[in-house]
Amino acid sequence: MTSHEFRAERLIAGYGNRMILDGISLQIPSNKISVIIGANGSGKSTLLKALTRIIKPVSGEIWLDGKPLRAYPSKRLARIMGLLPQSPVVPEGITVADLVGRGRFPHQPLFGTWTKKDYEAVAEALEIMDIADLAHRHVDELSGGQRQRVWIAMVLAQQTDMLFLDEPTTFLDITYQIEILDLLTDLNRRYGKTIVMVMHDINLSVRYADYLFAMREGRLVAEGKPSEVVTSELIKDVFGLDCVVVPDPVSLAPSVVPMGRYHNGAEPVMETYMHAGTGAGR
Amino acid sequence: MRIMATELVKQARMRQRGRWVAVTAILAVLAAALCCAMLLLGNTIYPVRDVVAVLLGEEVKGATFAVRTIRLPRMLAGLFAGFAFGVSGYVFQTMLRNPLANPNVIGITAGSSAAAVFCIIVLGAGKAATSTAAVIAGLLTVLVIYGLARGRSFSIGRMILVGIGIQAMCNSAITYLLLIAQEHSLPAAVRWLTGSLNGIRMEELAVLLVSCLVLTPVIVLLGRPLQLLELGEQTAVSLGVRTDRTRVALVVSAVVLSAVATAVTGPIAAVAFLAGPIAVRLAGTARANVIPAGLVGAALVLAADLAGQFAFPWKFPVGILTGIIGAPYLLYLIVRMNRKGEL
Repeated sequence: MTSHEFRAERLIAGYGNRMILDGISLQIPSNKISVIIGANGSGKSTLLKALTRIIKPVSGEIWLDGKPLRAYPSKRLARIMGLLPQSPVVPEGITVADLVGRGRFPHQPLFGTWTKKDYEAVAEALEIMDIADLAHRHVDELSGGQRQRVWIAMVLAQQTDMLFLDEPTTFLDITYQIEILDLLTDLNRRYGKTIVMVMHDINLSVRYADYLFAMREGRLVAEGKPSEVVTSELIKDVFGLDCVVVPDPVSLAPSVVPMGRYHNGAEPVMETYMHAGTGAGR
Repeated sequence: MRIMATELVKQARMRQRGRWVAVTAILAVLAAALCCAMLLLGNTIYPVRDVVAVLLGEEVKGATFAVRTIRLPRMLAGLFAGFAFGVSGYVFQTMLRNPLANPNVIGITAGSSAAAVFCIIVLGAGKAATSTAAVIAGLLTVLVIYGLARGRSFSIGRMILVGIGIQAMCNSAITYLLLIAQEHSLPAAVRWLTGSLNGIRMEELAVLLVSCLVLTPVIVLLGRPLQLLELGEQTAVSLGVRTDRTRVALVVSAVVLSAVATAVTGPIAAVAFLAGPIAVRLAGTARANVIPAGLVGAALVLAADLAGQFAFPWKFPVGILTGIIGAPYLLYLIVRMNRKGEL
């Protein structure tokens, strides 16, 4: 299990003249699962992109093992950290083995054939994701859940200690969401991989994260273990949502129960239900 | 278990690679056969022995002129221009991840054509000057389009849209020039616009040959990074590709190839656009399909030219026939992309 010290210092970054990250400093806990949460437009995806050098910060510095990220040769860095973007592009007619094999690029010379190591790394990635039997299949004919496994396998074939994922469960059914998050947890528990992901679903984030980063308007408003930082005040602050925080009966992690205009906990549930009924008929 | 999976991956890869190698070899043989046909067929069919003798530098009465001055340049122009169109189309389509992207859409062809027509009609310039102007105008058009599309960050969609706009401007300029043209310069201009292998002389081919021989290896070397650019900018960066450099090298190579080929033969419709998808469909995705796309391009041009010369009671310039093949494919693509919601 390799540890890496990864931290960002007063990051300012954005697109064109519009700055989105407003001086973020953080340290990613090594060999843990970190989840970045925040409302739409809070800058969580931008943060992930800045951390993975997809966008260049205007100022500030990212340090990996005591060296600025920009000082690493790009292939070398690609052997330490991998990224699964939110909506990667599947080339037409590509097979599973072929796509996963492309994750080997940082380990290969520009020209030359595959080595034993390349085959083994791809095979291992397919096995971990439990899709070895799909190796011959075309990616475009797979289901959404299978496809996401293929993409994660591609990042695994890259054999990096750190994995960054941008909303790895969006567009998936709830069953697949749990499956993918369980698999990612396996990667962390068994292989000690440091995982950093942006997630939308607050309750799943809280359940799977060892460490949470909460963002609002390009700043970090809270960080820490979910059990310590998730309170109704924080949720109000981050999402602008009124809620009750109760222990999730399955995992005992804090669980956020949202309130709305119709369901605000002020009236007994039955009465609220009946009001809602008449409301619909208006 | 691990060993089994490794075997499975090996099998999958070997099968893919085997197919790629076999298809590439078959395409090479096909292109070579078409080249031979170009040399052998004509108004007079000389015996193979005579044609070979002429190629080896001997003088054979009648055959020397027909083969060396007419058929050989025509064959080489078709081979190399087709190859160049195929490669450059494939590079654009793969890099921009859009089957509609090709040098025509990006406006290179329109820029070259407008300049060439201007030279022919207004300046009454000769072939060499026209070709040079076409290359320069093609490259300038790309620069203008790239500059306009750059904005704050490079966007593929914007590049294609700007390209379409520039193309429309060039086309209206061409139409205007054709309207005011003197009658005697009109056929030359129209023939250039259609794309034709007629009357190409050996000395016009030098630049095209050298460009193909120099730039094809460059693009082949960038094959792996190109395959990663195909997975999207973010994936490519995170896999360690220097995307900016790679893209510039690929764009410059592809643009030069396409511009140089256009300068020799005129824009041969649809070749750049058809070659890539056909090559990918045949050879699979095991490797970058640079060479297969080039070979398909060459085979398309040579076959279309042979058909244009000999299959009908009238002779057709090669561009007409490739256009006829290309149009239905374009429609098919648009219908399919529309159905998938990609347009």
